[in-house]
Amino acid sequence: MSPFPLSAYLVAAIFGFVVATTVAGALIAILSQRIIRSVAGLALCSLGLAGLYYFLNSPFLALMEILIYVGAVCVTIIFGVMLSETDEPKPQGKPGRERWWAAIAALVSVAIFWGLAHTSLYGAWPVAGAPETDGSIQTIGVSLLTTYSLPFELISLVLLVAILGALTLAHGGRSKP
Amino acid sequence: MNFPRLPDQPAIYFILAAFLLATGIFGLIRRRTFIGMLISGELIFAAAGLNFMTVNRFMAPDPAVGQIVVLFIMGLAAAEVAIALSIILAVYRNYRSIHSKELSELKG
Repeated sequence: MSPFPLSAYLVAAIFGFVVATTVAGALIAILSQRIIRSVAGLALCSLGLAGLYYFLNSPFLALMEILIYVGAVCVTIIFGVMLSETDEPKPQGKPGRERWWAAIAALVSVAIFWGLAHTSLYGAWPVAGAPETDGSIQTIGVSLLTTYSLPFELISLVLLVAILGALTLAHGGRSKP
Repeated sequence: MNFPRLPDQPAIYFILAAFLLATGIFGLIRRRTFIGMLISGELIFAAAGLNFMTVNRFMAPDPAVGQIVVLFIMGLAAAEVAIALSIILAVYRNYRSIHSKELSELKG
């Protein structure tokens, strides 16, 4: 039994806050006109996702989400924003045409959302059996070094190649002032 | 649907992942700068990770596998951001613009 009478509602309230943070971050990320606010929305969305990962029994991934997305990805994008002029341009076409395209985009995304949500709510999902491992950080570490050692090494290779490629690409177009 | 039991059911996580995917695709269609499109792509990656973690938590026999897969997805997303941003910087040096409408010529 829970030691505190309202603790279930407290947990549910925190969960609702985390879900609201994720949704608000995603909406800010796609709807704001200034691109720096959009990056801040992505950071907010990542914080909410970290909370969701915590609710999904994975505090390790929650920490990794904050570390990688907020700490690395958002900071990198902010550097990209600082190095180029990035605000959304004013729409140049006729306003009726712009609104038409916005309606088409909204229709496509609402259709995708409705289809996926319907599938996930009413689909025939398998019933979970008893978990074989506890999914702790120790189990993850052992799996990374035994079963998944090849993907683990390959992803380090991918990151190395990405860093070298980024350096080469960003250096290439530079001209003397 | 019992409200306090909501964090222990897969439905809301699935709906949230579908919402993130839908917003990512909407942004990918609507954004007119490359960095905005990159941010939308990150939202799509986040949706994929959330979906993996939900299935991992509620349906998979081994809860460690999904966490490892999501860790790999995060690594690939970070690599993708690094590459895409350097391409954006190279394009900006050449064209003085990263608006997707003005970059309409290719040279081999």
